[in-house]
Amino acid sequence: MAGREYEWILRFGDDALVLAQRLSEWCSHGPAIEEDIALSNIALDLLGQARALLTLAGRREGQGRDEDALAYFRTDREYSNALLVELPNGHFGDTIVKQMLFDQFAVLRYEALANQCVDEELAAIASKALKEVRYHAAHSTQWVVRLGDGTKESHLRVQESLNTLWPYTAELFEDDAVSKACADAEVMPLNASFKEPWSTQLQNILNEAKLLNPESTEFHTGGRTGRHTEHLKSMLAEMQVLPRTYPLAEW
Amino acid sequence: MSASKTDWPLWEVFVRSRQGLSHKHVGSLHAADSTMAISNARDVYTRRQEGTSIWVIKAEDITASTPSNKDVLFDPANDKVYRHPTFYDLPDELKNM
Repeated sequence: MAGREYEWILRFGDDALVLAQRLSEWCSHGPAIEEDIALSNIALDLLGQARALLTLAGRREGQGRDEDALAYFRTDREYSNALLVELPNGHFGDTIVKQMLFDQFAVLRYEALANQCVDEELAAIASKALKEVRYHAAHSTQWVVRLGDGTKESHLRVQESLNTLWPYTAELFEDDAVSKACADAEVMPLNASFKEPWSTQLQNILNEAKLLNPESTEFHTGGRTGRHTEHLKSMLAEMQVLPRTYPLAEW
Repeated sequence: MSASKTDWPLWEVFVRSRQGLSHKHVGSLHAADSTMAISNARDVYTRRQEGTSIWVIKAEDITASTPSNKDVLFDPANDKVYRHPTFYDLPDELKNM
């Protein structure tokens, strides 16, 4: 079980780390300085969650790997984040729709962890992170509604963002041997259990934003087992170049 | 200035740092409406736990005194020292005066 829990926490930490790195690309490129600061704040929150989760994953693994070893010295094939979070930022609407789809999922996952997890350290991380992700979800959802129910152009563009990102959402709710072992050990409910509350919440948001639920039935998957899109490799190359070039570098 | 900045009105932001103190002006920002202004104010001005409450008000809704009226408005108070409550001893327990 210990090995399975390590893998599960690592997936969770990788989601936060990869999304934090992606979102930080907005720094100094935001549509307005206020929004630039908001996106950077959210990226930093996610980075803080990633640090806590990767540190815990390293401890549960028991091989002496710390957060840095896990973040900087794994290849893309060893990363187990969901594909959704590694996708390029695109325009602001693309980013904000991606955030909303993920944030709403993250709230449900952290709520379950904070309330039900038998691993007390993991539950404590979740309780702290839950306040952060609730704000993230409020922020991205507010923007999706503004853009969806905004001008004709903003509506068309976020509808297109939603249609493009939709095929990457099903992966979040997939279960395998790792998640089933963790569910059996009462660390975490099955991912599939989040599908219904997430779909209901999403439908409410889309109704308010006057957006249509995409009908795509072709879904992408593979991130949990290291089969990523072409985009992760180049993102990690940038993120990892310094510690890989100067392994003992310190600030 | 980008187009979005010219479209968004300016808001003045007031933050109350602790219960019992009054809201204090901390700066301004641009936002499309009051909801976004509160949200932006939270990110721009309360990142380091500065606040327990935020007020925002459209800058155009503030009426300000004009600098040229300074003499008329403020100078007459100059020589009226008896208006200052300097003749009282404040108890030590009293903070924030």
